[in-house]
Amino acid sequence: MASDVPQQTSLPLGGQIRSILIALGFKPRTAVILVPYLWLTIFFVVPCIIILKISFAQTVIAQPPYTPMFGPESVPHDQLFDNFKRLFQDSLYYKAYLNSLNLAFFSTLICLLIGYPMAYGIARCSPSTRALLLLAIILPFWTSFLIRVYAWKSILSKEGVVNDLLLGLGIIDEPLLILYTPAAMYIGVVYTYLPFMILPLYANLEKMDLSLLEAAADLGCRPLKAFCVITIPLSLPGIIAGALLVFIPAVGEYVIPELLGGPNALMIGKVVADEFFQNRDWPMASAVAVAILIILVIPIMAFQYFQGKAQEAPK
Amino acid sequence: MNKRLSWFVLLMLVLGFAFLYGPIVVLVSYSFNDNKLMTLWGGFSTRWYPILLQDEAVLTAAKNSFIIAAVSATFATVQGTMAGYVLARYRKFHGRVAFSGMVTAPLVMPEVITGLSLLLLFKQLDDVIGWPDRMGFTTVILAHITFSMSYVTVVMQSRFSVFDMSLEEAALDLGARPLKTFLLITLPIVAPAVVSGWLLAFTISLDDLVITLYTNGPGSGTLPQLIFSKVRRGVDPTINALATLIITLVASGVITSHILMTRSEKRRQRDIQLALQINK
Amino acid sequence: MAAERAKAEPSTQIWNDPNAQPYIRIENVTKKFGDFVAVNNVSANIYRGELFALLGGSGCGKTTLLRMLAGFEQPTSGKIYIDGVDMADIPPYERPTNMMFQSYALFPHMTVEQNVAFGLNHDKTPPDQIKSRVDAILDMVQMRQFAHRKPHQLSGGQRQRVALARSLVKEPKLLLLDEPLGALDKKLREATQFEIMNIQDRLGITFIVVTHDQEEAMTLSTRIGVMNNGQIVQVGTPKEIYEYPNTKFVADFIGSVNLFEGNIVEDEPGHVLIESTEAGCPIYIDHGISAAPGAKVWVAVRPEKMKLDKTKPDDANNCAGGVVKGIAYMGNMSVYLIKLDSGKEVKVTMSNQRRAAEHAIDWDDRVYVTWHANSPVALLS
Repeated sequence: MASDVPQQTSLPLGGQIRSILIALGFKPRTAVILVPYLWLTIFFVVPCIIILKISFAQTVIAQPPYTPMFGPESVPHDQLFDNFKRLFQDSLYYKAYLNSLNLAFFSTLICLLIGYPMAYGIARCSPSTRALLLLAIILPFWTSFLIRVYAWKSILSKEGVVNDLLLGLGIIDEPLLILYTPAAMYIGVVYTYLPFMILPLYANLEKMDLSLLEAAADLGCRPLKAFCVITIPLSLPGIIAGALLVFIPAVGEYVIPELLGGPNALMIGKVVADEFFQNRDWPMASAVAVAILIILVIPIMAFQYFQGKAQEAPK
Repeated sequence: MNKRLSWFVLLMLVLGFAFLYGPIVVLVSYSFNDNKLMTLWGGFSTRWYPILLQDEAVLTAAKNSFIIAAVSATFATVQGTMAGYVLARYRKFHGRVAFSGMVTAPLVMPEVITGLSLLLLFKQLDDVIGWPDRMGFTTVILAHITFSMSYVTVVMQSRFSVFDMSLEEAALDLGARPLKTFLLITLPIVAPAVVSGWLLAFTISLDDLVITLYTNGPGSGTLPQLIFSKVRRGVDPTINALATLIITLVASGVITSHILMTRSEKRRQRDIQLALQINK
Repeated sequence: MAAERAKAEPSTQIWNDPNAQPYIRIENVTKKFGDFVAVNNVSANIYRGELFALLGGSGCGKTTLLRMLAGFEQPTSGKIYIDGVDMADIPPYERPTNMMFQSYALFPHMTVEQNVAFGLNHDKTPPDQIKSRVDAILDMVQMRQFAHRKPHQLSGGQRQRVALARSLVKEPKLLLLDEPLGALDKKLREATQFEIMNIQDRLGITFIVVTHDQEEAMTLSTRIGVMNNGQIVQVGTPKEIYEYPNTKFVADFIGSVNLFEGNIVEDEPGHVLIESTEAGCPIYIDHGISAAPGAKVWVAVRPEKMKLDKTKPDDANNCAGGVVKGIAYMGNMSVYLIKLDSGKEVKVTMSNQRRAAEHAIDWDDRVYVTWHANSPVALLS
């Protein structure tokens, strides 16, 4: 039974602590917000600021191996942007950026060309088949990414399955050099990120109202035309989400060029690692990383925007 | 509307799945290849498995990976659940935009940048407060929590946003305090989402290589690090065996959970049908 | 009917007793969500043992008011007292109220029994008492045999009874019901209405029911508060609300009504005479209203209080000529749509005491609409 008078006087200890905290202006909800907020500030925002700070410094032989931000040993103002200037002057850097952007762009395009028909096909299957095929798309995602890239290494090698097959069929006389070429990297990136393209596309195509196509057919629109003027425009959000999910990580990709691209593959993710671990040039490594972020800032913001819209929508 | 798929779509589905699964099939079959030069078939053999399971380095790396993944997934799930709750429930508070940006940014941040920036943070912290001294379990776990909590947050935010608020209000109304309400009502109901969030964080941590390369030190090398260094040097038949083990383990886990989920959903649907019939 | 019940037991007409202490006092309560005013300066007194209905369309603020009573929302301004205690700083879990939710809000991971026991567990009730009280309340709502089922194994009506049991088991002083019967089909709804009335009689708990269904409000409640645009526009017994609406809105919202615009010609204590071009005849009402002669009024007459005649009656007052434009046969009665000579269309209902074929009135017949002098209500707004 609830009592007549609210029990102000006989609050249990927990209640007393609570009322003290509330009196101090500290609500439980503040704590719930504060814990992840502080964590992300310390381990995400602060590191980003540090990397930005170091990108303006110069390398020195000391501990830490870069000049401080302030004080007598700090970088003179006119040399602040030297690291970034080097990105444009030294062909090592700008070629690496161009290569990475190239790889990311064309891989995204190929993923879209393969992924769209697949997502479309899955979305048009019966519900039980759909669940099964979707599981088959997601399954590789749960298995090790590294192992799946490694698999291509043996397949594409000189004595690998691909060459065996092509030689056996008599299509080629000499084994092809695929491993350690750009082609191998494209295959690796497309293979790794294809599920990231298919899933948002599928999510979009699956909820598309089929009666729209029926209406189009009813109004005399041929299927192929209906596909072009209705299905594709309506699935644009899915295309954008999928493309960004492939493009953004592909730009900074490190493992695939390292394993499939061979020692001469000049990719930006690799440049960062080499600058840091081999040359111990922290400022340059930071500058290269900051530049990647600057390139990706528009795609990332776009993704955040669409993600935000998708989160608000189902209400 | 014709339900049949056009031959083009059908062909793409077949080719697409062949593309996705072909390499895995090749990998698994090579793990039973007797020939040390793995590209030449030398007859069926399981000899790489015992060699693998006696390899001290592999076992240690596997143990390290599991410890790191389990600890970081647990912390990431707690934090991600909190962050997801905040984003789904608290429509207005100071810094909400910044908060939601901070939560989702690690999802799309290239791994090299996350890894490098965290490494620089740890170095800087070490200079200022003398901690963490050197890279190892602690730093890897901190790094893994940070990026996997974002994934948990996305899972939990979408779960909480469809959560019927009146359930919590009913509990409060019946005399349960907010914390009790959360523990007795909210948490049990969203438990499946929490579990899948944990599994996601666990898998992502287990699979991560790039961020680990930056933030790990000697003595706590993970399985991906070991595989990476071996593979970089050349092909190694024991890696095929290891890959096959991992694929089998993960695939059976995912498929089992899928079957279990489908079954319990079917049972639920049947119960609902039954309840409706009885009352008629 | 509840209204008759109130008449039969004068003691329940506690709101007419000037010495009675209201059990719930709502004083100038306003609730704003941003710029939107959901509840606008509402005041009401509700007495112990009442079954009070808050009636209104969607978005009229009735649910917000209920949620403020439960403690889920805080008033932007104004006070709520329950049994003399200011509820301002009292969280929902310390209020002597329980609520039955529109969605029922049964905990999906708990059995029926656990759902019902939930409130008692948080009350430091001894375990042996919990068991017996849960059993007793489940018996009352006839759900004892389903005690070990989970909510998804129950039908809508069963869930509704569990929700009711769960909100009653703590024997709250005030039970709040948010559209309690909204999700049920018509037959089940009628049966449950009487069940709720029975329980309320037996336990003597004060009920506040939010509903958009006027029939439900009429059947269940001792008094109704009609809400519109965040304000309570009229409070009264179902009979008062129906027979003496105080505004055009209430007259129109509850039941169906014919409204004639007119001007007061004579206003005496014993009667009023109104001239109305819409009606096409002088309207004589046998009770006075206090308004200046010449003032604009609206006369409301319920369709069932009107009569149709083929011959012109002697009295020129309260008699309007017209033509039958439509007849809707409803079984127990028929609705006639009459176009008056003024052009105004009115609805008249006549009960079908004899078989429809014997009815003399047909489409396009010339008829006279008449009503008794005590039937109309004159409304100033």
